[in-house]
Amino acid sequence: MNNQELRHYANEIRKSAVTAVYTAHSGHPGGSLSCVDILTYLYFEEMHIDPKNPADPDRDRFVLSKGHVTPALYGTMAHRGYFPLEELKTFRQLGTRLHGHPSMRYLPGLDMSTGSLGQGMATAVGMALAGKVQKKDYRVYTVIGDGESQEGEIWEAAMFAAAKKLDNLTVILDYNGLQIDGTIAEVNDPQPFDKKFEAFGFHVVVADGHDFDSLRAAFEEARKTKGQPTVILAKTVKGKGVSFMENQAGWHGKSPNEEQYRQAMEELERAGEANE
Amino acid sequence: MSEMKKIPTRDSYGAALAEAAKDYPNLIVMDADLSCATKTEEFAKVCPERFFNAGIAEANMVCVAAGLAAAGMIPFVSSFAMFTAGRAFEQIRNSVAYPKLNVKIGATHAGISVGEDGASHQCIEDIALMRVLPNMTVLSPSDDIEARACVKAALDLDGPVYLRLGRAAVPVINGADYHFEIGKGQLLKEGKDVTIVATGLLVSICLEAAELLKNEGIDAEVINICSIKPLDEELILASAAKTGRVVTAEEHLIAGGLGGAVAEVLSAKLPTKLTRIGMEDRFGESAPAEALLEKFGFTPAAVCARVKEACR
Repeated sequence: MNNQELRHYANEIRKSAVTAVYTAHSGHPGGSLSCVDILTYLYFEEMHIDPKNPADPDRDRFVLSKGHVTPALYGTMAHRGYFPLEELKTFRQLGTRLHGHPSMRYLPGLDMSTGSLGQGMATAVGMALAGKVQKKDYRVYTVIGDGESQEGEIWEAAMFAAAKKLDNLTVILDYNGLQIDGTIAEVNDPQPFDKKFEAFGFHVVVADGHDFDSLRAAFEEARKTKGQPTVILAKTVKGKGVSFMENQAGWHGKSPNEEQYRQAMEELERAGEANE
Repeated sequence: MSEMKKIPTRDSYGAALAEAAKDYPNLIVMDADLSCATKTEEFAKVCPERFFNAGIAEANMVCVAAGLAAAGMIPFVSSFAMFTAGRAFEQIRNSVAYPKLNVKIGATHAGISVGEDGASHQCIEDIALMRVLPNMTVLSPSDDIEARACVKAALDLDGPVYLRLGRAAVPVINGADYHFEIGKGQLLKEGKDVTIVATGLLVSICLEAAELLKNEGIDAEVINICSIKPLDEELILASAAKTGRVVTAEEHLIAGGLGGAVAEVLSAKLPTKLTRIGMEDRFGESAPAEALLEKFGFTPAAVCARVKEACR
C-alpha cells in the first residue's frame, strides 16, 4: 500500500476514533490519535493477517499494551475488515464487543485482553517465545506508552525478551511525551528511552510516528535485526490531527462536546481532502 | 501414621511435570529462580528446551505465560505462593483469569509449614485471593498421590488453575488407585457426630485427630477438600445435615480460605454450627515447621480438642 493510501486510512480511522469517543461520551482520544498512524501501518502494511481467519495459528500477533486507546484499535480493525464499521457505534455500551479496554473473549481478532499497564508487553513477549518454541515464523508486535514505561513490568519484560533473544518481537513506543497528570518528564521521567532499551539488550530504532516512510524503514530494520528484539521509539503528537487536542494532556481521557466534535471532524475532513 | 511414607507435595509437582513432558508437547514450565525449591528442576532436567527461567520477576513470568497460552501452549508458572498469588495477583487477575487463558500456577511453600523463613514467606492468604477470581480453579492437594493427580487434571482442563503446594513432607494417605476429580471432595472417614472438612497438610492431621476423638466417644466424619473451587457443596451439605456440626481445618487464614468457603455454603443453604481451625487474623513466625504447627494448633491433639469443644 502506498503512502497516500495509508494516509487515507489513517485519516478515516482518526474520524472513527473521535466519533467513537464522542458517541460513547467517554474514552481516550489523545493517545488514540497519537498511535493511529502506527496502527494503520501495522494492520494495512506490516502484519501478515487475515480478518476472515483471525485465529490462524500462523498469523502475526498484535498486543495493544497501552490498552486504553481502543478508539484507535477498533477503528483500525473495523476499517481493515474485522467487523462492520457500523458496530463502532456500540463502543463502551451495554452488550458491546468493543469494551473500553480490549477483551479478547468478546472480539475475534483481538490477540490479548489488556488495560492494566505494563502487562500487555509481557504477554507479547510470551507470544514471541511461543513462536520460537513452535519454530513458527510469525512476528509479534506491541504498542506501549511512554508513560506506561514507568511500570516496572515493562523492564522485566524487556530484560526477558532480550535474554531469550526474541528477534521476532517488535515493541513500538508511542512517544508523545504526555500522561494524565502532565508531561512524562514532570510526572516521573522514564527517559532516556534509547539508552535504557539499549542497555536492556534491544536494538533501538528512532522513527517519526506520523511519517509512513519513516515507519516503513523502521519496521524493515526490525525485521532484519537478528538475535535481539527491536524497539521503535516512534515520536508522536498526542491528539495528532485535531488542532485543539494536540499536545494537550487534558485530552487523555475526555470526550469532546458537540461543538468540539464538529470542529474536529471538519479538520479531519479537510486533511482527507488535502490527501486525495 | 508415623509409619507412613512422607513426601512434600512440591516434590510431587516437579515429578509429575517431568513425567508429563513427553505426553504433552505443548507443556512449558517457567520458574522464577526457585526451580530447586519448587522442584521444577526435575522438568528442566528432562526437557530443557521447554523450561524457561524468568529470573526474579514474577509479574513478567505470569504475563509471559499468558502470551504463551494465547499462542496455544500450556504454561505452568512456578514460585512460592507468596510471590505468585501474592505478588502477581493483579497479573493473574487481569492477564490470566479475565481472558480465561490456559495458565497453571504451581504455588509451592504455601502456609505456615514453610517454617524457618518466617512470615514474609508464609502465604496464608492465597486460597482467599485465588478463589474469588472468576474462571479460576483452585486445588489444594493433601498428599503426593493427590498432588500428582492435580497436575494431570490441570493439564487436561482448558483454563486457569491455581495449585497450592507445600514445602514440608506430608504422609501419603491415598492409594495408587485414587481417582481425583475437579469439583469432587473425598469422604475419607464416615462418622455421625461431627464433620471435619480439611485441606492440604491438615487432612492427614485431621485423620489422626479423628482416631483420638474415638477415645473421647466422638465419631467424626472426615472430608478432604482438594478442589476448593469448584467446591463439592453437595458432599459438605449432606454431611452437615447428618452430623449437625462442622469443623474446617487449613493452614491459611480462617477468613476467606476453606473455612470461609464452607461458611458461605452453610450459611446460605444449611445454617450449621461451624468452627474454623486456621490462622486467626495474625501472621506466622520464624521457627521449624513442626514447632509452628504445634504453636498454632495444627496437631492431631489440638484439632481433637477443638472438635471436642465444638461437640460440647
